[in-house]
Amino acid sequence: MSEITYLEAIREALFEEMERDANVFCLGEDIGAYGGAFKVTEGLMAKYGEERVIDTPISEAAIIGAAAGAAHMGMRPVCEMQFIDFISTGYDMLTNYVATARYRAMLPCPMVVRGPSGGYVRGGPFHSQNPEAAFLHTPGLKIVYPATASDAKGLLKSAIRDDDCVLYFEHKYLYRRIKEEMPSGDHLTPIGKARIAREGRDVSIITYASTVWKALEAAEQVEKEDGLSVEVVDLRTLLPMDDDAITATVKKTNRVLIVHEDTRTGGVAGEITARITENAFEWLDAPILRVTAADVPLPYSPPLEDYVLPQTSDIVLALRKLAAY
Amino acid sequence: MARSGAAASSPASVTGDGARSDATSLTREQKLELYYFMRLTRSLEERLVNLYRQTKVVGGLFRSLGQEADAVGSAYALDRSKGDMLSPLIRNLGSMLVQGAKPNEIIKQYMAKGDSPTRGRELNIHYGDLERGFIGQISHLGDMVPVMAGVTLSFKMRRQNRVGLVYVGDGATSTGAFHEGINFAAVQRCPLVVIVENNGYAYSTPLRKQTAAKQLVDKAIGYGIAGEQADGNDVIATYEVTKRAVDRARSGGGVTLIELITYRRKGHAEHDNQSYVPAGEIDRWAKENDPIDRYAARLNDEGVGAPELAAIDARVQSEIDEATDEAEASPMPDPTDALVGLYADPPAVAPLWFRQGIKSAVEVHERPASWGTHDV
Ligand SMILES: Cc1ncc(C[n+]2csc(CCOP(=O)(O)OP(=O)(O)O)c2C)c(N)n1
Ligand SMILES: [Mg+2]
Repeated sequence: MSEITYLEAIREALFEEMERDANVFCLGEDIGAYGGAFKVTEGLMAKYGEERVIDTPISEAAIIGAAAGAAHMGMRPVCEMQFIDFISTGYDMLTNYVATARYRAMLPCPMVVRGPSGGYVRGGPFHSQNPEAAFLHTPGLKIVYPATASDAKGLLKSAIRDDDCVLYFEHKYLYRRIKEEMPSGDHLTPIGKARIAREGRDVSIITYASTVWKALEAAEQVEKEDGLSVEVVDLRTLLPMDDDAITATVKKTNRVLIVHEDTRTGGVAGEITARITENAFEWLDAPILRVTAADVPLPYSPPLEDYVLPQTSDIVLALRKLAAY
Repeated sequence: MARSGAAASSPASVTGDGARSDATSLTREQKLELYYFMRLTRSLEERLVNLYRQTKVVGGLFRSLGQEADAVGSAYALDRSKGDMLSPLIRNLGSMLVQGAKPNEIIKQYMAKGDSPTRGRELNIHYGDLERGFIGQISHLGDMVPVMAGVTLSFKMRRQNRVGLVYVGDGATSTGAFHEGINFAAVQRCPLVVIVENNGYAYSTPLRKQTAAKQLVDKAIGYGIAGEQADGNDVIATYEVTKRAVDRARSGGGVTLIELITYRRKGHAEHDNQSYVPAGEIDRWAKENDPIDRYAARLNDEGVGAPELAAIDARVQSEIDEATDEAEASPMPDPTDALVGLYADPPAVAPLWFRQGIKSAVEVHERPASWGTHDV
């Protein structure tokens, strides 16, 4: 079997799930004949037709709301946001209608909302967002954000089969930059389970999505230069959060750095920190540190964007500080 | 409901030999100014294409080729001496130039320079200037309609004699923000002109997949406002229809929705290969309905000689050369400027703990092509 990119892995998951279950259908802007702004859905309409691959008007609230309605009736819709930044125009539907449907009205919403997310691509403030924190606070939604090609495939297949709404964020910087051979067979990555991306003894980095790769880079650097052994935990799922994996790594290394690309205040790192202090405070030998984006909208010009977003050198600096504490 | 122009339900039906619009009160000098702005728009974009190919543009490049008349003619109908304002969209470089935007600003924006109008924070033509009377768009389509409803509401509340104009594409009429904004403005009888630029496509999506309405101008009926339709590739017709709407707004007649029929001859952005466009369609519009060719022919008939137009073309080129030189020589932003200006108070946010005393955390600033939308 040959290696495929993160983007191709997402596409493969869509093909396999549409083939497996006639209730699965895709809807979004320019996803059909054009194959999507990033070509994730290329070839899907040719194979499954206009009825199951729907080019919609520019109406995110309607895309998400209609998906919910169809999902109540037993369909399994997969919505594409052309850029995840536009999910904000469907925020009401997601947080008020979809997230409460099962709890309030016993109405199932087995649907997926996916889209290209994240920065490092000079996309400016509206083509670079990481919206996870805006939804982490909404009980009833699930959130996944894969960092590898095999997880991109396995998590999307699991998300489509999940009986609730899953927000599936895919990182556009990773789309064509990473490649991997897919596990054979019906490859499913469990939702709610983190992954140890690198084993280590001295310090743990808890992270997800694009910064998993920066964490690995930094881990390698401090191993070479400082002899430090760094563990990297890739959360993969943000909601529900894998407390067991977080606690296990804290108990192992007793020093924790949390890294994410999203802005700092009210971000996922704060939630992880709180959980660690609740579940494993006595295991800590140092304060928990965060490396995140600065609290500003993401600017477009390369020197500005690179200043705002977390970089490998920041992680190295933080690891050294933790190790020396 | 007033109607003018061809009652076209698809842009293809207004192609042809360029039927003449009604007479106009514009002077010869004004007519030449319209030509100047159309030429400036096109040539400036051509320069940006060169810069893009030299990888000097950061991010995507958006063209308005074939839509220069609709942008320029409509903006020209505003009265800048009265403080009229507009909010452009991605195909409205021409409107911004009419309103006072400068070529060097546009090039600096595209090159992400530190002395660009947004100091490198926002891309391409996403910027504004309250002094000159334009407000920068954000990417989220439709959002500027409610914003301009509010701008024009303030004109009304303060009894000012000012008018606002907002552009949306055919695709953006499907957004909730468009609907809520135009309805709000209609109820408040705001002095607002809403221009729907029907260029046949929203990215790859043809109009028939965007709306079941026969024509977009029909939406005016539902909002209880005036609706007009015109040939957007005829700069005089575009000017005239907008002027009527501006006059209506200024005299208390409320909102007008204008559908301008035009055609997007380039892809959504420079990387888009337009594989979804039927064969021959682009060529037909280029050959039969180029707004600048049509207008030059009209001016010619009216006695403006080719040398006079050539002189304008030459002036445009030298202005663009000068603007390019200035933009190329401009500095990139200082990284820590990223922390300035989020709030009025405090004026800057503090650097994060791991960036104390660190100006740049990377050695090279990577320049990925077009947000990763395609292979390079
Ligand atoms: C709310 C929202 N959803 C999706 C997009 C992505 N997008 C950017 S431009 C575009 C097509 C716009 O078409 P139209 O409104 O017809 O304008 P045109 O580009 O043709 O001038 C889309 C879907 C967006 N910018 N905003
Ligand atoms: Mg359009």
